[in-house]
Amino acid sequence: MPLNHQPNIVDADGFYQELVESQRELSDEQAEMLTTKLVLILANHVGDREVLREAIALARDNTLAYATS
Amino acid sequence: MSKSYTYPEFPYRQSAAQREGRLQRHPLVVIGAGPIGLTIALDCAQRGLPVLLLDDNNTVSFGSRAVCYAKRPLEIWDRLGVAAPLVDKGVRWQVGKVFLEDELIYRFDLLPEARHKMPAMINLQQYYVEQTLVDACAAHPKIDIGWKHKLVALQQHEDHARLTVETPDGRFELLADWVIACDGANSDTRNMVGASFTGQFFEDRFLIADVVLKPGVLQQAKSTSKLGHEPERWFWFDPPFHRGQSVLLHKQCDDVWRIDFQLGRDADPELEKRPERVIPRIQQMLGPELPFELEWVSVYQFACRRIDKLRYGRVIFAGDAAHQVSPFGARGANTGVQDADNLAWKLKLVIDGVASEALLDSYDDERAFAADDNLLNSTRATDFISPKSRVSLRLRNAVLQLASQEPFARPLINSGRLSTPTPYLRSPLNTADDAPFAGPMKPGSNCVDAPLRHQGRDTWLLDVLNALHGPAGGFTLLAFGARPALESVAVAGISARVLNVGGDVDDAEGLLAQRYDGQPGTVILIRPDQHVAARWRSFEVGKIRAALRRCIAMH
Repeated sequence: MPLNHQPNIVDADGFYQELVESQRELSDEQAEMLTTKLVLILANHVGDREVLREAIALARDNTLAYATS
Repeated sequence: MSKSYTYPEFPYRQSAAQREGRLQRHPLVVIGAGPIGLTIALDCAQRGLPVLLLDDNNTVSFGSRAVCYAKRPLEIWDRLGVAAPLVDKGVRWQVGKVFLEDELIYRFDLLPEARHKMPAMINLQQYYVEQTLVDACAAHPKIDIGWKHKLVALQQHEDHARLTVETPDGRFELLADWVIACDGANSDTRNMVGASFTGQFFEDRFLIADVVLKPGVLQQAKSTSKLGHEPERWFWFDPPFHRGQSVLLHKQCDDVWRIDFQLGRDADPELEKRPERVIPRIQQMLGPELPFELEWVSVYQFACRRIDKLRYGRVIFAGDAAHQVSPFGARGANTGVQDADNLAWKLKLVIDGVASEALLDSYDDERAFAADDNLLNSTRATDFISPKSRVSLRLRNAVLQLASQEPFARPLINSGRLSTPTPYLRSPLNTADDAPFAGPMKPGSNCVDAPLRHQGRDTWLLDVLNALHGPAGGFTLLAFGARPALESVAVAGISARVLNVGGDVDDAEGLLAQRYDGQPGTVILIRPDQHVAARWRSFEVGKIRAALRRCIAMH
């Protein structure tokens, strides 16, 4: 199954709020650690190496595109 | 500074050729009497080649250095008749524990498959390994060891190399049909042939301290009180006694313990080696009141790199001279011994004129493949232990913190993946299966051991293979079921001997058949270095001959 590029989250606004609020009362360092752990937790849940490779490449390409623009 | 070991001093002797000013030609010269040079000299000599082994020093390795020896090198040394004293003296272990601060977050068990002759891993100081090998080489009539013989120049010619060697009596020259360079990571020979040696350097410095502790002392120390009485590998990330760095603890024989402290990038190696710096570090770990003796200290950095080609004309590289890895995973000496195992039988067939030099190209195919596998594993472990950026450090710490509660994160912890043989799955010497087989013994794999009964006694497959051919070694056809009509199959100057399972040996426990997917009629072609070259479901002479030819690179 390839990486899903289409919207897939029910109640997108609610999810985003939860994500932001998860960092409430954390220091920047703790918040960064939380985000890093979230990446690992979700990556394990996905498991599929092809999907993970595609997701990593997407994040990197998207970041580089903004860095050069 | 060593207290538990007295270094032997081997006698320098001027050779007759140097004394008489004769230019002598040798079939095979091995440079470097470390574990790999000694192993290769012994393997070549047992196969019938006269060997001149040169070393610029006259004793064994200073300091314990490589201390973990895995099953496959032990099996190779057993074939060469030197494993028993090493296994007797070595410390067997199979459990590894990983701590974050002082909490146990991950435990691995090497869980060796039952019923193999050799253990999964032993710890033993390198000087004991070398001394055992030196004794065997010195006793072998085909090996001549030149201590305090330093190679200072090498010129390659069409069918030989010209070597300039320096001894306490000055310089002299000799010729060698073949040279095997086992002169370590800083190999001079490598520079003499103009080879490149590239890869990744790591900036972190590490401190090795070997300490002698009376039995039971570690169980009294707060940081190590959980250490059981069984020897284990202990690895700490960020322990309270050495903040922000890693520490590794290993037991060796003679009550010597290896403690490996990560020092970071800015450490001053000369300063960190001083006892007044080292002793407080150890006291931090053990507590100030526990008695210990400092045995050996070394500060090192490492690189993961390999030579571009393992063979340069008449000069062939093995061991650290060919590839250098980080110490995490015990992949240096262990893989070097497997280089020796791979090279000796090929060189013998080439020198005898049975095989062409093309067979030596397969040494590069197979061992460069293994070196790359080791480098990959070693680099990955090093990147985990010593992250190179703030973000990779955070990723690493996230894994460690998650792992204490979350099973999913534990396989991501990499404190070193311990050495296992790399099967030569893409080797040009392999013959592809023409029928389905189950199990791990794909062509190119080293033969997994199994218990057998032979002439009413309990024995092992690898012992039977060794006994079948004697020290010179040879090809084997392991034939399951009814005895084939032939006792051997010969082609092009080599011959493979039939070993009938059920007739010559009895697979009483059924483990041989299970591990090799042996069914009545199954035939396994085994190389002189105990690797599977081909396998079939029936005994067909034409196919066996073709596989044998392929196995010595005759196409």
